[in-house]
Amino acid sequence: MLKNWGDQKIEIIVGQLLRVGVLLSASVVFIGGCIYLVRHGGSPVNYGAFQGEPADLKSIGGIFRFAARMHGRGIIQLGLLLLIATPVTRVAFSIFGFAEERDGRYVVFTSIVFAILMYSLFASV
Amino acid sequence: MTILEFSLLLCASSLVAGLVGALTGLGGGVVLVPLLTLLFKVDIRYAVGASLVSVIATSSGAAAAYVKEGFSNIRIGMFLEIATTLGALLGAALATRVSTHAIAIVFGLVLLFSAYFSRKPRSQAAREAPRDRIADWLRLNGSFPGTNGLTNYNVQNVPLGWALMFVAGTLSGLLGIGSGAMKVLAMDQAMKIPFKVSTTTSNFMIGVTAAASAGVYLNRGYIDPGLAMPVMLGVLAGSLLGAQILMRVHAKWLRLGFSLVIVLLAIEMLYNGISGRI
Repeated sequence: MLKNWGDQKIEIIVGQLLRVGVLLSASVVFIGGCIYLVRHGGSPVNYGAFQGEPADLKSIGGIFRFAARMHGRGIIQLGLLLLIATPVTRVAFSIFGFAEERDGRYVVFTSIVFAILMYSLFASV
Repeated sequence: MTILEFSLLLCASSLVAGLVGALTGLGGGVVLVPLLTLLFKVDIRYAVGASLVSVIATSSGAAAAYVKEGFSNIRIGMFLEIATTLGALLGAALATRVSTHAIAIVFGLVLLFSAYFSRKPRSQAAREAPRDRIADWLRLNGSFPGTNGLTNYNVQNVPLGWALMFVAGTLSGLLGIGSGAMKVLAMDQAMKIPFKVSTTTSNFMIGVTAAASAGVYLNRGYIDPGLAMPVMLGVLAGSLLGAQILMRVHAKWLRLGFSLVIVLLAIEMLYNGISGRI
């Protein structure tokens, strides 16, 4: 069986998408990091004891609210969220790619992966 | 130590971790988690959270380059991602229920296995495998640009490969690593997929697998922005640098040297886990 050219096209678009996603999220994390370090750079560090994050940095809605107020940690967390969303977008994109090829089997498989990712982001505790 | 000093030191160390991860082909996570826990005395759950984020960054950043080569098989990747993402959810769930000592011990063992497996020589000879009914139905068979033009391959042992992928996903979610070695083992050894296709498809899958557990870690509050920021930026820079070095020099001795570093880290993790220091 020869390499499917539709597949190749999807993969190239998806590869570019991933690169853009990583660059974008790294930039947002960097900007948030600068704000955070300017404001809190002089404070002492404590990561030895596990405390968990405040509610604002855990939920997706909380992260957006925190970032909108220009808090450094909130903006970093928004960048990390963008990064997590990058492979998720890739999967969503592939659903359309397989649908265009009329490959029902792989539309189902890809949708299962997408549903698992959605569960992890929105419903897991 | 102030937050500024800590962040700069962490960013520099993460850069080295990303570099070693790229040069050994094992990924940044395998160096990063021992580094954060042993050297920086960070709680292993924070370390795993930060590591998962950097695993997504390196995998996605490298994917664009791999895709152009035309080796990766998107159908194999997508079908096996059902297994790795389900495993990743299990791994992330286990991370809260298992003691940190146990996580450290499992980490050490997986590190030893990965170091051994990545050093093992493998034959590049084409395999004459028969067509497999399940692989046929799933349309997994494909071709890749080999030395004599397009080379076809027939995928074998799909159920075994799927089960191994589930385990790889679980380890990824529990330990914050890409589990690339285990994914390649499942595809190259069990499913008889050509090595080049296995490694590039594995890289493609790592980001999606890590995203599945990163969501759980985020919701649980295991991803700390102050820690993840220098780690993610450092590992990303280090892995991009490592990829550049690999393109220019034949890194045989470099790889051997760094594999020894990985073995030492594994022993250190095992010792700390067993003695209850982590």
